[in-house]
This record gives sequence, structure tokens and C-alpha cells, in this order.
Amino acid sequence: MTDFAIPTGREEAWRFTPTRRLRGLFEPLADGGDGKIVVDIDTPAGVTVEHVDPREDARVGSVFTPTERIAALAFEGTKQAIVVSVPAEARPDKPVSLVVRGEGGPSYGHITLDIGAFAEATVVIDHIGTTTFASNLEVKVGDGARLTVVSLQDWDDDAVHLEHQVAYVGRDATYRSVVVTLGGDLVRINPIVRFTGPGGDAELLGLFFADDGQHLEHRLLIDHDQPHCKSRVTYKGALQGEKAHTVWIGDVIIRANAIGTDTYELNRNLVLTDGARADSVPNLEIETGEVTGAGHASATGRFDDEQLFYLMSRGIDEAVARRLVVRGFFADIVERIGLPEIEQRLMNAVDDELANVERALARSTS
Amino acid sequence: MATLEIHDLHVSVDDREILRGVDLTVKQGETHAIMGPNGSGKSTLAYSIAGHPRYTVTKGSVTLDGEDVLAMKVDERARAGLFLAMQYPVEVPGVSVTNFLRTAVTAVTGEAPKLRTWVKDLNTAFENLAIDSSFKERSVNEGFSGGEKKRFEVLQLELLKPRVAILDETDSGLDVDALKVVSAGVNRVRDAGTTGTLLITHYTRILRYIKPDHVHVFVGGRFVEEGGPELADLLEAEGYDKWVKGAGPAKAEAAP
Repeated sequence: MTDFAIPTGREEAWRFTPTRRLRGLFEPLADGGDGKIVVDIDTPAGVTVEHVDPREDARVGSVFTPTERIAALAFEGTKQAIVVSVPAEARPDKPVSLVVRGEGGPSYGHITLDIGAFAEATVVIDHIGTTTFASNLEVKVGDGARLTVVSLQDWDDDAVHLEHQVAYVGRDATYRSVVVTLGGDLVRINPIVRFTGPGGDAELLGLFFADDGQHLEHRLLIDHDQPHCKSRVTYKGALQGEKAHTVWIGDVIIRANAIGTDTYELNRNLVLTDGARADSVPNLEIETGEVTGAGHASATGRFDDEQLFYLMSRGIDEAVARRLVVRGFFADIVERIGLPEIEQRLMNAVDDELANVERALARSTS
Repeated sequence: MATLEIHDLHVSVDDREILRGVDLTVKQGETHAIMGPNGSGKSTLAYSIAGHPRYTVTKGSVTLDGEDVLAMKVDERARAGLFLAMQYPVEVPGVSVTNFLRTAVTAVTGEAPKLRTWVKDLNTAFENLAIDSSFKERSVNEGFSGGEKKRFEVLQLELLKPRVAILDETDSGLDVDALKVVSAGVNRVRDAGTTGTLLITHYTRILRYIKPDHVHVFVGGRFVEEGGPELADLLEAEGYDKWVKGAGPAKAEAAP
């Protein structure tokens, strides 16, 4: 059983999370949980996907070590893990697609992405349906490899999902993580980057949209303990509706030996209506004087009545005005993904969120 | 012939009455200068016609060709043909100038502009107002200087071709060169003959470039004098003192 004590909720790591809505995930699920999760996989040629027993397969947990109680319970309790392997120097001609569909009940999950040296690949993980899900994503980016992982949380309104996404970035490797969180009652994602050699490059992009009552939390940690690595973080969130709550924590540590580190992290939030709350906490801890660059920025702004009046005074109706502002706000992140199909899907997903919100507003004013 | 008719308009802000019975008729092709001291309620009149939620109409009517403007939402007023060039244009981060203009023109004209003519029209509009084309990709009004914001307002005026344009102190804060550029834009719209113009100003300077047909003096929330262009010359020479004395203390606040 895990060494991590049950949090009281007052710890720094849990103080923003409504722990009462975790549906008992602080306790181990009996027999790994009786919920059902179905994973549909589309694998391009040259990529291997296996369902394995995590206790039997050495690739599962070869680099990953849990750092929190729920992640540890999920790691210990998972009965079946998925291992995606891209061989060294392979360049699959399309993304690997995993659609993780919750069909109710509590479950654990584990996915390992094992990317060989100098391989170039994109993995898209969709989360849909309803669930109470604690999971880990273990990513190994081989030396000189280039990997993009898109994780889309498009759960039904009642889902609870906690996931640690831990990437181990090899020498001169490039890791791009795109986290998009739109659905779910409570979603808490911990994207973590660790470098296993010098010259690594990590770009973490995030987009989230919380409406009525949703709690969407992203807690990033980039641990620079290798020299000459680079990291860039850009997370943007929009909030709308009563008790919509988002949390963004950006921890960056530059260890004493990580000379020549270049890091910058940015979080911007756009509050569209009263009653929503965005927490944003960047932390930069520097233990060496020899960094190339280190900075962070965080700002939360409001779409205010004056902006709305200005746009409407040019004939633009309220719904279109709102859409203009939100699409514009997210556009620079979406455009940076560099995968047209994904970009289109994300913009559509944002439009769907806005349409939901517009319906809710129409109901509340009629 | 488009006609804006304002009749006995009373407007309050936070339960304080600012406009105290305004009557005005603006016909297509006419230019009316509204002049008054600070705090006389000029901006309140402009924003009330445009429908800013901060202003409460307590009495009176505003109609455009007989249609009840006060019953319309802000965007409906714009689509009906009203345009307000604001004294303090609002920054809208994240919305690019081109996207904004295209959306506004589509909303006001009822159809998306044809791509071929649109690019040409847009380029012409930018050249006319001497705005660098790099501004097209910037966010609406974000980081624009005061003068650039005013020129961008007039650029919108030219693109949207309203039936009635209200220019709220478009001249304030402009140097002479910018004032000429802005005035030329307003005159182009005027010369088309399809727009009625309500030129709200504190100074007579802009009236050297834009010749009004009518000049109204606005003090204490109502019109106190009306005349032809010669009235502006009188104001230039003598100021507002003659009217202010009888009008009681100034009441209105600055535009939002």
C-alpha cells in the first residue's frame, strides 16, 4: 500500500481542490475499481500497442515514480496498462489515436508511451464519457526524438478525472504536450517534465474552458536538473458561469547543475461572467546563477461590459461578440499546435462550449 | 431620407438626471455640431442614443425613420443605421482588427462582404486614414495611441456607412495633422450624402475642417441656442460663459 498519507485538503498540493468531490479516490479502489473504461486505438503502421499486466511488464514504471497518493494508488491498483511503442527512428505517417471512453464507475488506468531514439510521432488521447478515473500517463522520449502528445479531456459533465502526465525527456529530445480540458465535474491534471539528458526541449500548451460548477485544475512541474534544456509553458483558460473554478499552478525548478537553462511560463485567464474564479500561481525556484533565461507571467482579465458594448455598437450581437473574444483569446495557442486536424477539432470544441453557455444564458434570461 | 428624431429626452445616471429635455432632428446629409462645456451632458446624449446600459432614459423618445430606437438593443441600433465614434474607444484583446471589421460589416450590411472587393476596400480605408496595414493583425485598439484610436473609429465609420453618425469628441487629443486626416474621412462620408452627422465637440477647431449646417449650444443637459455656422465663430470669440451662468452647476460625468 502507498506510503502517501491521506491528505487533509489543507496541504499546498490540495488546497484548491474540492476534495469532497473526489468520490473516495483518496482510498484504494477495491480490486482496482468496478468501473468500465474502454480504449479504442487507431495505430499507424510501425507503431505497437499492447495491453499488458503492469506487474509483469518492465516497461511500465521503468521511469515513472508516483509523487502523490492518488497517482500512487492508481499505479499500484491498475490491472491492465497500455504500452505504445514507437521504434527508434520511426516516423509514423499519422498520429496514434487512443479514445478513452468512460462507461461509469471508478477505475484506474495507466498508459506508457515509449518513443525510441530519433523517432518522430504524435499521440492523441481523447477522454470521453462518464467515469471516476485516476490514471497515469508515463512518457519516455528517447534521445533526439520528437514527440507531441495531445490530451483532450472532453468528459461528460459528471466525470471525475485525476491524472499525472510525467514525461522523461531524453538528450536533445523535443517534447510537446497539449492539454485541453473542457468537460468533467472535477478534472485535475499534473503535467510533469523531467529531463534525462542535456539539450532537451519541452513545450507545454494548455487550453481550458470551465462553465457552471466545473473545477478544472492543472498543476505543472518542470524539473530542470540537466544543463542546457529549454522549457516553454503557455496555458490559457476561459471561465463562465456560477462557481466555475480553474486552478493553474506552474512550478519550475532549476537545479544547481542545470546551467544554461532557458525557461518561460505564462498563464492567462479570461473571466466571462461574474461568479467564476481563476487561481493562478507561478513558482520559479532557481538554484544556479548561470541560467540563459527564466521568467513567468500570469494574468486574469475580464470580458467586461465596455468591450461588449463596443462590439455590439458595431452591430455584432452578444453571442457573436463573446465568440469573437474567446476564439481570439485561444487562437494563438491553437495555431501553435501545428496539426490542422487537431486545431480544427479544438476550435470546434471551443465553439461547442460557447454554444452550451449561450443556451444556458438564454434559459436564465427567458 | 433617413431622419433621427429626438424628442423631450430625459436621461439619468445612477438616479441623477443629466439630460433634461433634449429635442433634435437630424436628416440624412445634414451636419449638426453640438458644442458645450465639460460636464454639459454631450457624451451622455451620444451614449444614450447608442444604448449604453449605464444610461437610463426616464422620459422622451428617439426614433430613426419612425422606428423606436430606445426599444432596440445596442447591436440592433447599429444595424438600423446608427454609429457612435467614441471618445474613448475600448480595447478588445484577442480580437484582430480584420476579423472585427469583417464581422461588423457582415452584421451591419446583413451579408459577408465579397472577398475580392473586401480586401481592396479594406486597403483603401487604411490608406485613407493613414493607418499602417500592420494594424490589421493587431487586437482592436490594444496599444493604439489616442490618435490611432480616433482614426480607427473614423475608419469604421467609412466602412459601415451609417445613416446617422454620432462623433463624440473625435477631435479631442488630436494634433493638427491627425485632425486633418480624421476630418477628411468624415467629409468623405458626408459628401456621399447618405449620412446625417452629429458632431459633438468641445472646441471650434474641427469646424474649420468640417463645416456644419447647424450649430447647437448644449449646456446643463439641454440645448440653449441654435444657429448656423456663424454661431461657432461667436463661441470661439466669447466662450460659453453667457449660457453657463444661467444653467446651474455642471452635472454630467465623463463618457464611460
